[in-house]
Amino acid sequence: MHHLSLYFHFVKLRIRSQMEYRLSFVFDFFAQVSISVIDFFMIALLFNRFKELAGWSLWEVGFLYGMIGICFALAEMVGRGFDVFQRHIVRGDFDTVLIRPLGTFFQVFSHEFLLRRLGRIAQALVVFLIANSQITISWSLTKVGYLLISLVSGTCFFVGLFVIGATSCFWTVQSIEIINIFTNGGVFMGSYPFSIYRWWFRHFFTFIVPLACVNYFPALFLLEKIGSSGGSPIGVLLAPCAGFLFLGITMLFWRWGVLHYQSTGH
Amino acid sequence: MIEVDNLSKTFKVYHHRKGFFGSFANLFSRKHRIVQAVDSISFTVERGEIVGYLGPNGAGKSTTIKMLTGILVPTSGSVTVNGYIPHRQRKENAKHIGVVFGQRSHLWFDLPVRESFELLQRIYRIPEVQYRYNVEMFDELLSIGDFFQTPVRQLSLGQRMRADIAAALLHDPDVLFLDEPTIGLDVVAKARIRQFIQKINAERQVTVVLTTHDLDDVEKLCKRVILIDNARLRFDGELATLRRLLSTERILSVDYAEAYPDVSIPSAHIVYQEGARVQYRFSPEEVSTADLIGAILQKFKIVDISVQEPDIEELIKTVYEDNLTLERKLTEPISPNTQAN
Repeated sequence: MHHLSLYFHFVKLRIRSQMEYRLSFVFDFFAQVSISVIDFFMIALLFNRFKELAGWSLWEVGFLYGMIGICFALAEMVGRGFDVFQRHIVRGDFDTVLIRPLGTFFQVFSHEFLLRRLGRIAQALVVFLIANSQITISWSLTKVGYLLISLVSGTCFFVGLFVIGATSCFWTVQSIEIINIFTNGGVFMGSYPFSIYRWWFRHFFTFIVPLACVNYFPALFLLEKIGSSGGSPIGVLLAPCAGFLFLGITMLFWRWGVLHYQSTGH
Repeated sequence: MIEVDNLSKTFKVYHHRKGFFGSFANLFSRKHRIVQAVDSISFTVERGEIVGYLGPNGAGKSTTIKMLTGILVPTSGSVTVNGYIPHRQRKENAKHIGVVFGQRSHLWFDLPVRESFELLQRIYRIPEVQYRYNVEMFDELLSIGDFFQTPVRQLSLGQRMRADIAAALLHDPDVLFLDEPTIGLDVVAKARIRQFIQKINAERQVTVVLTTHDLDDVEKLCKRVILIDNARLRFDGELATLRRLLSTERILSVDYAEAYPDVSIPSAHIVYQEGARVQYRFSPEEVSTADLIGAILQKFKIVDISVQEPDIEELIKTVYEDNLTLERKLTEPISPNTQAN
C-alpha cells in the first residue's frame, strides 16, 4: 500500500509539472494524433490495392494495429523511467536511487510518467474502435476481460523491453540501440498478421521475444480466427501470460544488473 | 557503528566502441583494464565520532563512501554499518544513514524544497511530529525557511547545500556521510555548515564521516583523521598525532630587544634574519622547545617569541609527496622527546 500511494504521489507530481507547459502539451497531443493518423493511412492505402492480407481484411488489421499501438503508447507513458534510463546513469542519478530505502525497480519505474503519450493512445484507440465497428465481433464478458488482460500484458511486454535496454546501461553506459528493433520494430511487425512471416521469425517472436503472444494470438481469439490462421485454442488462451512472464524475467535481469553498477567517478 | 575490514574495490574499465554495431559488440567485449580504487582498507568508527576521511583526488575516498552507503558492491572484504551490510541490506541500511554529496543534489530538481522534504517524509515514513520538529530545528540552524518554497534548481549553491544536509537528516539517521560538503562555498556558508554539523553531532550523537579537500573543515570538525592515498590507508589516528609524527621541524620566531650581530644558537638553524627579528628552524627530536628558548634567554634579551607548527595542509602534502617518511615514522616507536610536546 505504501508503494502504491507513493507511486500515485509521484505520478501526480509528474503530471503537474508537465501541465505547467499547457500549450506545449496541447500542441504535442495534436501533433502526435495527426502523425499517427498518417501512419495508419499508409496501411489503408496498401489495402486499397490488395484488399486483403493472408485472409485478413483492412479492419481486422486495424484491430491488430490498434491493440499494439495502445500497448506501446501505454508502455511509453508508464515505463518512461526505463526508456530514458541512460540519461540517469550518465548523470550519476542512480546513486540517489541507491541511498533511498525503496526498491530500485520501483523507484526508476515511478520516476517518470509521460502524460503526452495520451495523444498516441487516443489515436490507436480510435483506430481500434472504428475497426471494431466495421467487423462483427460477438463481445462477451470473457472477451472483454481477455482483451483487457491482453492489453496490460502487451504493455508489460514493452516495458520489459525498456527494462532490458536500461539494464544494459549498467555495462555499456550508453543504451544499446538494438533494443529499438524490438520496440519500434515490434509495433510495426505487430500491426500485420503474423502468418505472413517466415516460420523462424514467427517462432522467435513467440518463444524468445513473445510479441505474438500479446497481440496476434489474442486477436485470433477475439476475432475468432483460431482455426483459419493457426494456433491451438489452449495456447492462444494462455498466450497473454507471456507478457507478464517476460516482464518478470527482465526484472530479474535488472536486479542482477544493479549489482554491476559502477557509479561515476571514483 | 562502522566496521570496515580489508575492503577492496576494483573497477573494470571497458573499452567502449561507438555506433550501432559497436554498442552491440560492447555487450560481448572482454577488452578492459582493471583499476584498483580501494585496496585492503580497514578501520572502525565508534558512535558519535566525527572522522575526516582525507586523500587527494582519485585516492578512493568516494569509492569507500559509496561502499558504505550501499551504492557500490565491494570486490572483497567486509563492511557493516549499524550492523547492516550496506550492499546486501541496502534498504535497511538506507533507513539509518544520511548521505550528502557536495557535487550532486539528492533532491528533486524541479520541486520546491518543501515538496522535496514532504516526499522524503513519505519515502522514509517519518511521523508528522518528528518531521515538524526537524524542519523547525533546521530552519533555526540553517534558515531553510528563507527558500522553502523555491524550486531546487533555482537555489544558490550554499542554499542547495543547506537543503541537502537538512534533507539527509530528516529521518534522524545514526550515521551521516558527507562527501565534500563545503565544496565551492564561501567562508560564511562554510562556517555555518560546520557549526551545524558540530551541533548535530553533539546533540544527536550522529556519527559523521566526512571527506573533504578543505583542511579547515578537518581542523574545525575532526579529532580523528583517516588518510588514504593511491587506494591504500596511510594513516588512521588523531589529528594531533599526525601533526606530531610529521612535524619534524618547527619554526621559532624571536623579536630581540636589539639587533645582535651574532644570534646563532646550537641545534637551531637561522632561516630568516632582518634587524632584530630572527627565525630559527629546529627539530623537536633534537632539542626541546623549552631548552631552546632557555638557551636563547641566557644569551640575549627578547621582546617576543613564538613557535609555529606547520599547518596541516603542509603536513598532508608531505604525506602525499613522501609516503616513505610517514611509513617509517609509523613503524618506529614515538620517542619520548616528541611525546613531550
